[in-house]
Amino acid sequence: MPQNEYIEQHRKRFGYRLDHFEKKRKKEGREPHKKSQIAQRLRDIKAKLYNRKRYAEKVQMKKTLKMHEEKDAKQKEEKVPEGAIPAYLLDRENISRTKVLSNMIKQKRKEKAGKWQVPIPKVKALSEDEMFKIMRSGKRKKKMWKRVINKACYVGEEFTRKPPKYERYIRPSGLRYKKAHVTHPDLKTTFQLDIVGVKKNPQSHLYTSLGVITKGAIIEVNVSDLGLVTQTGKVVWAKYAQVTNNPELDGCINAVLLV
Amino acid sequence: MMAGEGSSDQLIVQFVDPDGAANGPQVDLSMETTKDQLEQLLNELLSNEEKQPYSFTLDDNTVEISTTLRESFAQLKGHAGSSERVLRITYHPLAAFRVRPVTRCTASLEGHTEAVLCVSFSPDGRSLASGSGDTTVRLWDLATELPGATCKGHTNWVLCVAWSPDATKVASAGMDHSVRVWERPKGTPVGVPLRGHSGPVTCVVWEPLHLVGRSSDTDASRTVPRLASASKDCTIRVWDIVLGTTLICLSGHSAAVTQIRWSGESEGLVYSASRDRSVKVWNPDNGKMTKELKGHAHWVNTLALNTEHVLRSGPFDPQNPQSFSPFDAMRSAAQSRYDEGVKACGGERLLSGSDDFTMFLWQPGESRKPICRMTGHQKVVNHVSFSPDGRFIASASFDKSIRLWDGKTGKFIATLRGHVGDVYQVCWSADSRMLVSGSKDSTVKVWDILKRKLREDLPGHADEVYAVDWSPDGARVASGSKDRILKIWRH
Repeated sequence: MPQNEYIEQHRKRFGYRLDHFEKKRKKEGREPHKKSQIAQRLRDIKAKLYNRKRYAEKVQMKKTLKMHEEKDAKQKEEKVPEGAIPAYLLDRENISRTKVLSNMIKQKRKEKAGKWQVPIPKVKALSEDEMFKIMRSGKRKKKMWKRVINKACYVGEEFTRKPPKYERYIRPSGLRYKKAHVTHPDLKTTFQLDIVGVKKNPQSHLYTSLGVITKGAIIEVNVSDLGLVTQTGKVVWAKYAQVTNNPELDGCINAVLLV
Repeated sequence: MMAGEGSSDQLIVQFVDPDGAANGPQVDLSMETTKDQLEQLLNELLSNEEKQPYSFTLDDNTVEISTTLRESFAQLKGHAGSSERVLRITYHPLAAFRVRPVTRCTASLEGHTEAVLCVSFSPDGRSLASGSGDTTVRLWDLATELPGATCKGHTNWVLCVAWSPDATKVASAGMDHSVRVWERPKGTPVGVPLRGHSGPVTCVVWEPLHLVGRSSDTDASRTVPRLASASKDCTIRVWDIVLGTTLICLSGHSAAVTQIRWSGESEGLVYSASRDRSVKVWNPDNGKMTKELKGHAHWVNTLALNTEHVLRSGPFDPQNPQSFSPFDAMRSAAQSRYDEGVKACGGERLLSGSDDFTMFLWQPGESRKPICRMTGHQKVVNHVSFSPDGRFIASASFDKSIRLWDGKTGKFIATLRGHVGDVYQVCWSADSRMLVSGSKDSTVKVWDILKRKLREDLPGHADEVYAVDWSPDGARVASGSKDRILKIWRH
């Protein structure tokens, strides 16, 4: 093993050998021949590994060359910007791009098929004991037919609790929500909107009817403020959105609008 | 007529022509007189040989008689509503022909690969041109409602298209700073692209046909109208399309020029509206600014002339379609149509709509003071248009309403509500009885002017409707939208 940087030190003191660069160039020139000889000589797994490596190197080289070519070629054609607007709308910054293609037909078709192309297609199944806490009742606390819901809920305005005798499911008021932060996927903006209802909870039909909001649930939100319009020129009042977070853990509801 | 009943059911009526001069004797009429009976009576009083349709208004055109005299009389307020005075009924002759309202979509023309930004019917109503964000101008064959030709050449969005009044050429301009002229029917480019602007071109207009080669002109033998283009580089250029050169460059505005109009008066002046809050009047022959019309407090968005419909349709009369062989015949036909049009609407008037929510009605030939300032809109006025007979003005605004004004005095008449989005453009039918509007809410709506009501709601576009146009013969409406589709609507 060489000790210390004696070659660099020598070079610093006395300079390079006179034929150093010539030899280096020649050695580099012979490199491909040498490599090909090795490639021919190797057998079995070593040959496979070596060829894989050389192949990768060649691909990389070709890519680099192509990139350089592209960089050198003058880019002539100017790209026509998208989103053409008529002359009377030029420079009007207050034009909100809130209006999006309301593809009524597409949406209807989807509804017919009963399938939603949603941002979160699959959710983790929740077990019963994760969802409910058993509430003991009765004088000796030995009756166990009451359930307290552990997750966030939406409870309609007009809801009044049933008498305790009939109240099987209890939705604690601390976990009730009225508003959701809904992100418009195309506009990349978020609005705080009122919840109108829970359309579907993928966990179970029961949770849908109870209004339980978990991750992946489809909720209906009031979008009248956004000024969306249907194809026939009517104002859209409500739209569906899918919940993207775990409301019971975060303390708020985040959702993506389904366009 | 209808004598008998109690005295309170009688009215003394004087017919007044649109200019305010009394016509015929005073007549004692029953309150129950209907509009049809009034029309019959007036036709007899004026001893018209053919029965002419009229519309009747009370009290300075504010109240329209739609059913009976009693109903309209009840709407009058104050002194005007007293039955002891002579009731002055103004009659307005209506077009003898009727345009049928468009009710259905006959063709959805696909082809553009970006939003359709402008559509325009040719003056003879036989073809349609549309400009789009995909940099092409397309000509459509209206007989079959199929694509005609695609004009490629622009390198950026096409913002405006304009047909020459002789219906042979179409000029287009856009974001690529150039103006191009195409020939019907193949869409072949005429001459070279007209380059010279250093900003996007927002508007192109042709010289009115009856002014081409008039005696005061420098080149009296010219048979091709000149072209004027307004640009965001604050200038207006007048082009000779045969030579492909700029004849004159009108500079003086200090902000982008939004719209221009070429007057049909014998001086052939050019009106320009700009974002520097002024409207200027230019002489395109020597390049001098003759007048500056000031008053607006914000960008001036739009201009309209009350003779625009005649200027646009040139020599072509939709009632008796004909072809013109020598140029002189065409010019004299255009001249006679123009003279008739000006007489009908009583002198040329200019209307400008602005970002300050108001409009000004000007008479640039008479004075630099406006006739009237029209307030009422609650948001930006985007588009204004005179009815072909010059009797009404329609203004489209971003406050989702269309307002109707008197074309002579600028008095407010009615508001047409129904759109739920910004109204972008309006266009009149040739008989001035209907109005079509295109809006951000993706619908096209047809309005009945005499009833001041929605006539037809035409949904079908999937996105904002950027441009609407009603063909000069009234048979079709074309609308272009952001959803890249051009729709044709017919009765």
